[in-house]
Amino acid sequence: MSSMRSRLRASTGTLARSLGLVLLAGVVLFVASELLDSYDELQLANGAYYFAVLAGLTVLTGLSGQISLGHGALMMVGAYTVALLVGNEQWALVPALLAAVVITALVGILVGAAATRLRGPYLAGATLAFAIGLPALADRFPATFGGENGLVINPPTPPSSLGASFPLERWEAWIACAGALIVLFLANNLLHSGIGRSFRAVRDDEIAASLCGLHVGRVQTLAFVVSAACAGLAGGLLTVVLQLAAPGAFEVGLSLALLTAIVLGGLGSLVGAIWGAAVLVLLPGWTNDIAHSFSLSTRVSANLPLAIYGLVLIVAMLAWPSGIQGGVRRIIGPLRRRPAGG
Amino acid sequence: MTAALLEIEAVTTDYGPVRAVDGVTLAVHAGSVTAVLGANGAGKTSLLRTISGLERASGGRVRLDGQDILGVAVEDIVRRGLAHVPEGRGVIAELSTEENLRLGGLWRGAEAVPLREVYELFPPLHERRDQLAASLSGGERQMLSIGRALMARPRVLLLDEPSLGLAPIVGAQIMQLIRTLAVERDLAVLLVEQNARGALSIADRGVVLNIGRMVADDAAQALAADEGLRNAYLGF
Amino acid sequence: MTKFIDLTLNGISTGAVYAAVALALVLIWRATRIVNFAQGGMFMVTTFIASSVISASGSYWLGFAVALVCGLVLGAIVERLLMRRVESGPPLNAVIVALGLLILLEALAGMIWGNTPRSFPPAFSIRGYDIGGTHVLFSPNDTFTVLVVIGVALVLRVLFQGTALGLQMRAAAFQPEIARMLGVRVSRMFTLGWALAAFVGSLAGLLIAPSVFLGPNQFDPILIFGFTAAVLGGLDHPLGAAVGGVLLGLTLSYVSGYEGASLVTLAALVVLIVVLMVRPGGLFSSTLERRV
Repeated sequence: MSSMRSRLRASTGTLARSLGLVLLAGVVLFVASELLDSYDELQLANGAYYFAVLAGLTVLTGLSGQISLGHGALMMVGAYTVALLVGNEQWALVPALLAAVVITALVGILVGAAATRLRGPYLAGATLAFAIGLPALADRFPATFGGENGLVINPPTPPSSLGASFPLERWEAWIACAGALIVLFLANNLLHSGIGRSFRAVRDDEIAASLCGLHVGRVQTLAFVVSAACAGLAGGLLTVVLQLAAPGAFEVGLSLALLTAIVLGGLGSLVGAIWGAAVLVLLPGWTNDIAHSFSLSTRVSANLPLAIYGLVLIVAMLAWPSGIQGGVRRIIGPLRRRPAGG
Repeated sequence: MTAALLEIEAVTTDYGPVRAVDGVTLAVHAGSVTAVLGANGAGKTSLLRTISGLERASGGRVRLDGQDILGVAVEDIVRRGLAHVPEGRGVIAELSTEENLRLGGLWRGAEAVPLREVYELFPPLHERRDQLAASLSGGERQMLSIGRALMARPRVLLLDEPSLGLAPIVGAQIMQLIRTLAVERDLAVLLVEQNARGALSIADRGVVLNIGRMVADDAAQALAADEGLRNAYLGF
Repeated sequence: MTKFIDLTLNGISTGAVYAAVALALVLIWRATRIVNFAQGGMFMVTTFIASSVISASGSYWLGFAVALVCGLVLGAIVERLLMRRVESGPPLNAVIVALGLLILLEALAGMIWGNTPRSFPPAFSIRGYDIGGTHVLFSPNDTFTVLVVIGVALVLRVLFQGTALGLQMRAAAFQPEIARMLGVRVSRMFTLGWALAAFVGSLAGLLIAPSVFLGPNQFDPILIFGFTAAVLGGLDHPLGAAVGGVLLGLTLSYVSGYEGASLVTLAALVVLIVVLMVRPGGLFSSTLERRV
């Protein structure tokens, strides 16, 4: 038990580094938010919550080697939690976001427990089923969940201490970025802590890890819970930024786009999650511009981001014959011997 | 002196930085058995796999009946009359005994050996012809893999440790059978074995490998009589 | 009681389609050890092609035939150009390539044909039979569906168990290296496996399109149902896939009838999880395979 506690406690060096990293990022974001116009503020806010879910996915796929296609659905859980609590129950923002984290984490326990028994394509298939199936719940209980149109909440009002003319978009960006910074702090600590090491150990060699006393199932479930919590926060932030939680935003394309962002950004590193978030935010805009300059129809431009994600996934896997695991090892650390006959 | 059916010239095979086969040269004639001996890891299996095309050689030449086969795909080398019975027998467990046999002769079509003939050679296989190959004993599997190899009427036969894991009596019977087949069917047989004594007793020539290199190449009887060599490399 | 009968009959005919999709997945799994998530995109595209041919020519059966041929070709192309490179690597790579292909195909379909779901004609009448005065919710089209799937399953069984080609394909699937050592042209067998699977998938798409409408994302649940049916029956057992399909079809039909159509995908998820937990090799597996 005491070894668990010592694994939980990150070294003070790591904590200090994380704090420094967060402060640095915070300053950069603050300055950026002062300079950006309202459209870009919203983009920044979007990027922030994408980072939150991608950081969680980085922990899951990059660190513990599990693949999930269901994180779009987990975001949906967080999004609807916030929408219901803030919209129907008049909760304040922070408690609602915390509730979103907790509830999604609980769902993550269920999914994670199932996931420990599943491998590769089976896990992918099960999480894909989850991603496709969950949005249908909104249709099943339209009274509670608002059906196709979803639930609307009032925009978050900036506190009066910031002045009467403080732009709404900047306030939304600050909220989202605050969430992202918290995730950054916690994720960075996790990566460099004992728990992070146990994640990696289980990913690289389950048998060896369990021989060292690591409970494989528990570690993998923990990775799922952590990533689910991040997804829940991201979903909640999404509701705050868009003031809307609707099933259309959480179709299977979102889960696959998240996977692409992780693969593209580089697995296992938080920097990769930042790149991935940038791609998710900026790509639709770029493809729109391309579509306009080539006078492509809306049909084409609307589907262009997804087509690009698909191409990216294919090309990345063809260019990386050693795949996700190989890509991860190249980034993270020394190669571990794989069991023979793989 | 007829030309050798199988000629191997200075063949070298690398697995990354490791040189598994280092400049091996030998020739095998029709109707004869050449034993390839040496300790574990000496490169014997790698040599066979290079000849049959499963591994890519980094240098040298391999000729089958005068034709270069280095770089040719396995399935095409096989269709030129080579059969390779791999280490561990290579029986396809999910198929039945008879399906395994038929598979061996498929590419030959109508000219393949009739099943009846193989069953005459190996009666236990006939008894178990409809059973999954997974249920066969070690000796039966060895019969199956040899029978399967014979279905396509090969001219060159590569055998990788056929007596491995078999009771000594059964192993000896298999050895005798190999000799008989080589002579009766005019096969050029290259036989990799850990059981050096048994192999040399049925072989015409012997080659000893050590860390990929040839350290001896002589008539089988001469090798068997060389005590120093036997003690150093062959364990008897 | 009539509701139960109707739901049962509906379950059988939808189950036949899920069985077909499951069969396509099982074919590829047995041939190349890959779970082809792109199957959903592939048979969606071939059904769109059928739709365009039907609109242009006015002939349903021409569109039907063209879709099947396109399926064969598409399957062969995907295996040769894409999957060949990931067949021998870590299995996760192939999963991601298949998913990438899935999204790509859906996006391309959206670009070419638009995202709005459109209707697709059935092969035969969809008006239920009148049996002895009772109107039953099982139509000539449903009969066609069930018969075609059974027919295809039988043909495949004969192919695999009774022909030399089938033997080579099985050998190539079980032990590709040994098969090569016996002169089998393994890569051709893989391509053939994919082509056949895509053919079966195209068939499934044509059969299910009238009920679920045709759109880039409309077949996603069908992919999931096919996958669940395949897992239920066992990825290594073609007969199991067929049975799994029917069982799943029945289960989902009852769920849809008594609980509501929108819960159907989640119900499939529950079935999937339960099977993977309790009997990961599927109902027909003889050994309990815990890890894949």
